[in-house]
Amino acid sequence: MRRARLLVALAGLALLALAPLLLPAYYVTLANYIGLYSMVALGLVLLTGVAGQTSFGQAAFVGLGAYTTAFLTTAYGLSPWLALGVGLLGTALIAWGIGFITLRMGGHYFPLATIAWGISLFFLFGTVPELGGFTGLTGIQALSIFGLPLRDERVFYLLIWGAALASLWATHNLLDSRAGRAIRALKTGQAMAESFGVNAGRLKMVVFIYAAMLACVSGWLYAHLQRFVNPTPFSINMGIEYLFMAVLGGAGSVWGAVLGATLITVIKQVLQDWLPQLLGRSGQFEVIVFGMLMVIMLQRAREGIIPFVLALWRRRQAPGGEVPEGAELPRRPHLPAGEPLLEVDQARKTFGGLVAVNDLKFTMQSGEILGLIGPNGAGKTTMFNLITGALPLTSGRIRYRGTPIEKLEPWDIARLGIGRTFQHVRLIQTMSVLDNVALGAHLRGRAGVLRASLALDTEEETRLRHEAARQIRRVGLTEQMFENSGSLPLGKQRIVEIARALAADPQLLLLDEPAAGLRYLEKQALAELLRALRTEGLSILLVEHDMDFVMGLTDRLVVMEFGQKLAEGLPAEVQGNPAVIEAYLGGV
Amino acid sequence: MGQVLIRLDQVSVSYGRVEAVHSVSLSVAPGQIVSVIGPNGAGKTTLLSATMGLLRARGGLEFLGENIREWPVEQRVAAGLVLVPERRELFADMGVEDNLLLGAFQRYLKRDRRINSTLDEVYTRFPRLKERRVQLAGTLSGGERQMLALGRALMGKPTLLMLDEPSLGLAPIIVREIFHILAGLRQDGVSILLVEQNARAALQVSDYGYVLETGEVALHGQSDELAQDQRVAASYLGAARKGNP
Amino acid sequence: MDFQIAALLAQDGLTNGAIYALLALALVLVFGVTRVIFVPQGEFVAFGALTLAALQMGKTPGTVWLLLGMTLAAAVLESYRCGRAGTWRRWPREMLVLAAFPLAVALASYFLAPLQLPLWAQVLLTFCIITPMGPLLYRLAFQPVAEASVLVLLILAVAIHFVFVGLGLFLFGAEGSRTPPFGSGGFEALGVNVSNQALWVYAVSSALIVALYLFFGRTIFGKALRATAMNRVGARLIGASPNFAGRLTFTLAAALGAASGVLIGPITTVYYDSGFLIGLKGFVGAIIGGLVSYPIAALGALLVGLLESYASFWASAYKEIIVFTLIIPVLLWRSLTTTHHEEEE
Repeated sequence: MRRARLLVALAGLALLALAPLLLPAYYVTLANYIGLYSMVALGLVLLTGVAGQTSFGQAAFVGLGAYTTAFLTTAYGLSPWLALGVGLLGTALIAWGIGFITLRMGGHYFPLATIAWGISLFFLFGTVPELGGFTGLTGIQALSIFGLPLRDERVFYLLIWGAALASLWATHNLLDSRAGRAIRALKTGQAMAESFGVNAGRLKMVVFIYAAMLACVSGWLYAHLQRFVNPTPFSINMGIEYLFMAVLGGAGSVWGAVLGATLITVIKQVLQDWLPQLLGRSGQFEVIVFGMLMVIMLQRAREGIIPFVLALWRRRQAPGGEVPEGAELPRRPHLPAGEPLLEVDQARKTFGGLVAVNDLKFTMQSGEILGLIGPNGAGKTTMFNLITGALPLTSGRIRYRGTPIEKLEPWDIARLGIGRTFQHVRLIQTMSVLDNVALGAHLRGRAGVLRASLALDTEEETRLRHEAARQIRRVGLTEQMFENSGSLPLGKQRIVEIARALAADPQLLLLDEPAAGLRYLEKQALAELLRALRTEGLSILLVEHDMDFVMGLTDRLVVMEFGQKLAEGLPAEVQGNPAVIEAYLGGV
Repeated sequence: MGQVLIRLDQVSVSYGRVEAVHSVSLSVAPGQIVSVIGPNGAGKTTLLSATMGLLRARGGLEFLGENIREWPVEQRVAAGLVLVPERRELFADMGVEDNLLLGAFQRYLKRDRRINSTLDEVYTRFPRLKERRVQLAGTLSGGERQMLALGRALMGKPTLLMLDEPSLGLAPIIVREIFHILAGLRQDGVSILLVEQNARAALQVSDYGYVLETGEVALHGQSDELAQDQRVAASYLGAARKGNP
Repeated sequence: MDFQIAALLAQDGLTNGAIYALLALALVLVFGVTRVIFVPQGEFVAFGALTLAALQMGKTPGTVWLLLGMTLAAAVLESYRCGRAGTWRRWPREMLVLAAFPLAVALASYFLAPLQLPLWAQVLLTFCIITPMGPLLYRLAFQPVAEASVLVLLILAVAIHFVFVGLGLFLFGAEGSRTPPFGSGGFEALGVNVSNQALWVYAVSSALIVALYLFFGRTIFGKALRATAMNRVGARLIGASPNFAGRLTFTLAAALGAASGVLIGPITTVYYDSGFLIGLKGFVGAIIGGLVSYPIAALGALLVGLLESYASFWASAYKEIIVFTLIIPVLLWRSLTTTHHEEEE
């Protein structure tokens, strides 16, 4: 199987390499453009499709790459290869600057900002006198390798596709790594990723710069292929077309970039040939068709074409894979039972006028299972978010093993050994159960974006996945290990959340309604698992509505109502407490 | 069975692949208050949302003898099915009176001329709303918001009023006031389907009750009988309680 | 710069700003009710100006064909829906509601265009051609995905911008048009020449803003639209359907676009693709208002007009760059002062 795949890949490569010798010049030119566009679209797949940051402005980064080399090689006679280095560095710096200001924008503000700087940079290219205004710069030297000038398009083809395939390979590696899992979480599960130690803001910046640099390389190649530049190909319209390519192909997959670039480029060529004839006048009418194509895509198949193809492929192939074997990861030391673990002191959280948590005070010792219960809207989940740093406290303090944590960021709190699950399941639905759980072990690995994209992280990756597989077996989901987490019933998804939290090797585990949606036997198995974890020295803070489950499992209970502590004590005491009965059943 | 306003016949509701309500059957007769009680997460809100058309339901859904399952929300409103949702869903930056008038939006479309007299009725029922007619809805207190939500619903002249957790987040004294108002509405012939976590208050005001547990009807019966049933308490606080004195 | 020049620049800036303000209001409205960041609003402006220009030359404007095309597409879609739902009985009425007005307008334009109607009639006809495109566009493009995320709707809006620009080129060609001013001449006040054209723009813009204010404050439909913008679930529960609100909103947006187009036609030469930049300037204003506040959006748009006017005096080459770079700090400020909920995705 593996060998067959390798053969197919090699055959494909050979065909791609020989193509320029077999094809007429027209098709070689077309293929060159497809390669150039693919690289930009690839950056968008990562930035928009995977990380969820829609950018209309990538064409401006292509322009930066093109204009840097055009200017430096014509005005100063710099070597194009040096100019590439300068361009990459400059693009990275500018992307960092733009990203620093705009990436923190949430929701639709970021894409609007990309339109704004996309237009500004375009006008800048056309306005700065040194860049030749709207006529641009001409007479750019040809690239040469070891003194051999690359004037022939057919030779240039090899360079372009070499670069495109290298970026595909690197991006593919990246997505399939520790950093890749975190990047995938940025789109729908940023808060979740942060609670497992991912610094989401920094990671977004890295992805943004990565995409900008891919665009820059594409622009550099473009400048030396064309041998002249003007602002037109770097306009906002081209930026929009790049986005269309990524969306059309399927913004979630690296092959979507190539497919989208190919389709748009070919359709554009065809339309430019026959639309003006059909309409009886000349002009860029292909945008009409592109636009309509996008409208239909967004209405009918929002995920793009690749998912369709993959769905056909998967139908024939049951999800499966090998369970990775690797050395065990180091673990945190056991805590002796009975030490003060978590001290919540006068914690308060207000949202506008609403007091969600009202000067709550309770403590928890290592080795115990503490239940936090109360009617709807009592503030239990808010309390969880305060402990894990997902929300800042309005006032009060929280200590974990004596360390104040109320000012720490979520990723730093995760580092201390606090793991959690979420009330509304936050799995990356399109990722396998194994990958989801491996994300939990994020802090137990070190490999970053660079090592991952160059595939230098194999050993560590095997260990992380081995650990994830171990936790999945432990919670009893061995058979679902390679399924997409989104295809599991909700109850099982909650169990995946627990496995993910365990993969972080926590000392304190926060579970938010873990038994919701489970059947009777599953609940019993879960209770059994939690008892076993307690025996191993893990401490558990539990929010749960199923009272049978809570009463049978917890050592102590804290009851909340209207953000305040209503009662505290052993389960049996709490059950008989009149105030608690009133809170749950109501009074008249 | 005699006349029936609304009949749910084995209704199931799912969020994606997850079924939150499993084949629930219930009905409300004219002039009745029927309550649906049960612990958190039992599927009560989901059931009402599906009845209103905010979520898709499977199974039978009949209102005034017509199959309304495929009707859009506005058609159900026009037919007299009105929901006061758990989160009230008021128009926060508009005044009290505008909120109320918008409650009669479907009647405006039908050129109903008696909207102003309904407004007077609502003001008579809720004098506090009349005092605050120009105040922005977003600045009202919790109890006043609930009254405004109720008043807005009544502006639509509902045949069946559905209430989702009218007591949620309100202090006990306000809860008492709200339930007093519900009793008054029944006196005036408004039929009500009431979803509540506050089981005791709900059973006291209603004629018939259903206990929902993990998406299914666990128990149902006359309200006064349900109020005495040990199993109701167990479904809220855990069965272990049965052994305790 | 002396007072004279400053005042002239201010007059220019305010004139453009008043038109941007109409755009900004339309954008705030559309976003509030439908969550669509309506990039193609600018194309309604260009179409409005070019339609009036065509009528003045005695030609049937190309937008008539666009209107007919959209009507046909909507009719096909509606018939398909009727067929699937098996509600053929309602089909004739649906078709009548859908097609009667556009057909009547098309016929009227075809026969009236060569007659050299008086200006007010031409303006009226322009409105009648452009306005129905709003609800048609909503029905064709946005209604099927009304519940999608803001980002999907934004990409959709950008796609429609592409379609409209391409169609604009096809229908009107690459040459620009300029319509004659409504009022020639002017008068002197405080030593400054105030042009009648500028007064027209101020008057019409103000009148439209007052009309909008009354519509939203006094009529039940206006209130229902505001209600939808404030609370979508609440609006559904009172029986104001999202489709109804969407179509009404897009009707208003198209009408405001036509008005902006008619006003801007005499001020600057409008090309088939001029709408984008004009629209984006309205956007800057709308975003200054957080896509929420009408008065701040209108003031923001005036500010953009003034900024552009003074920028073109000092650094005319960098005018666009200044205006569009300005948007970034505004966006930053706006995004940091609004809270986001990840759950909304």
